[in-house]
Amino acid sequence: MNLLEQQAKNRRRTWMVMIVFIALLFFLGYGVDLFYLGTDIPVAGFFAFAIGGVSALASYYSGDRAVLASSHAVPIGEVLTRTSEEDVRLKLTQVENVVEEMAIAAGLPKPNVYVIGDTDPNAFATGRDPGHASIAVTQGLLDALNREELQGVVAHEMSHVRNYDIRLMTVVAALVGAIMLLSDWATRGMRWGGLGGGSRRSGSRDRGGGGAVALVFLVLWIVGIILAPIIGQALAMLVSRRREYLADASGAELTRNPLALAKALEKIEFAADPTESIKRGTASLCIADPLGRKAGLREGFLADLFATHPPMVKRIAALRDMAYAH
Amino acid sequence: MFLLLLPLIVVVLIVLWVVGVYNRLIFLRNQTTNGWRQIDVQLKRRHDLIPNLVNTVKGVMEFERDTLTQVVEARARAVTATGPADAARKEGELSQALGRLFALAENYPQLHANENVKMLQEELSSTENKIGFARQFYNDIATKYNISQQTFPANMIASSFGFKPAELFEITDEADRAVPTVDLSMRK
Repeated sequence: MNLLEQQAKNRRRTWMVMIVFIALLFFLGYGVDLFYLGTDIPVAGFFAFAIGGVSALASYYSGDRAVLASSHAVPIGEVLTRTSEEDVRLKLTQVENVVEEMAIAAGLPKPNVYVIGDTDPNAFATGRDPGHASIAVTQGLLDALNREELQGVVAHEMSHVRNYDIRLMTVVAALVGAIMLLSDWATRGMRWGGLGGGSRRSGSRDRGGGGAVALVFLVLWIVGIILAPIIGQALAMLVSRRREYLADASGAELTRNPLALAKALEKIEFAADPTESIKRGTASLCIADPLGRKAGLREGFLADLFATHPPMVKRIAALRDMAYAH
Repeated sequence: MFLLLLPLIVVVLIVLWVVGVYNRLIFLRNQTTNGWRQIDVQLKRRHDLIPNLVNTVKGVMEFERDTLTQVVEARARAVTATGPADAARKEGELSQALGRLFALAENYPQLHANENVKMLQEELSSTENKIGFARQFYNDIATKYNISQQTFPANMIASSFGFKPAELFEITDEADRAVPTVDLSMRK
């Protein structure tokens, strides 16, 4: 699969995710119309459709800001003016230089660089296209890795930027967050509205005539509300796993130094404490699973199904293969 | 009717194809020029950093006057380079002179303690990397540009519109390219 195909695929998938999201919201809203409001015009349906459209647009245009804010990322320029310690300044200058080097190697504009004040080593990229991209690294990553290893990690993130993975993953992360919030509201609303809604529900069913159809729809609707966050989560996982191998490989193509990234991954895996600043929804964006699950230790279908990242051992082995280092 | 239209369709298809190939060549030519400009920016940056470095280490590295002069002279030659091939040779010499300077600097612990020198060294080695990566990108895109000019049938269009192959940024210095000879015969 070449670069243009990857980009086209990611653009297509982003559209698909947004359309599915809007359709899901309309479905949930339409349920409110049928069972609570009982009006002829699907007011809640249209309302939910509008909310879906607005959040899809918001996730596209400012999902990166939401992701960065939720993980308390600070622009590197601010960190630089705040610190006077020479060693820290040197390291910060180094990471900025490394990002610029990788942007040149990929032939892209330089992304914004952010630092997260977390001691666990991790990194992610976000944005909607190479012209609006950001790369965030944790303080722990800066402390743990040397220049070459840092370059490997940044090259990995730069490949996510170049092939538009960041657009898809950011939109998914933002929408998964929105789904969780909405389904939280909906389940709370159901508990409250369940009592008062009873009479209206029977009214709507009389008017609709098909009682069985309405019942099926009711069941589907409730299942939809319960399953929405799980579907969202599964989607986020599906989106991110295979991409990691691909980004490892094209990152190594940028630096022509796969062993440095392999070493960096070893260090990151060794320090696999939870990255506390990074929220669950953002997990699929990161270079390593921020929840601190030792993916390498867990085997089997279920572990595979619910991991946001491929086993680190396999990724390191693949990189070492590229360098003929076995 | 169909027979009358057939030549027209063929002509339209050919024109569309020519337009497509021409646009692709223009796109690649712009990318190549852009890639070269990127190398140029980084080379210029290195030329600007070197006087700074030399001034900072001059006091400490008094006994390495030869190496310092070599760096300064190599820089002066590199600034006046014209075209990719010439630049590649002169910049290669400058890289070698700088490499020698950095190797000698290892002998001066007081330089390692100096934050100013560390920062300058980071800037210079980053610039070296940027030159390397810009060259990697330029050579990749220039090769793509050259291949699409030379392959049939696009070569007919390339030659009739006067596209010229891009010069690669290659090591042309014999010293750089020479394979080191290793003598393991243990003769005295």
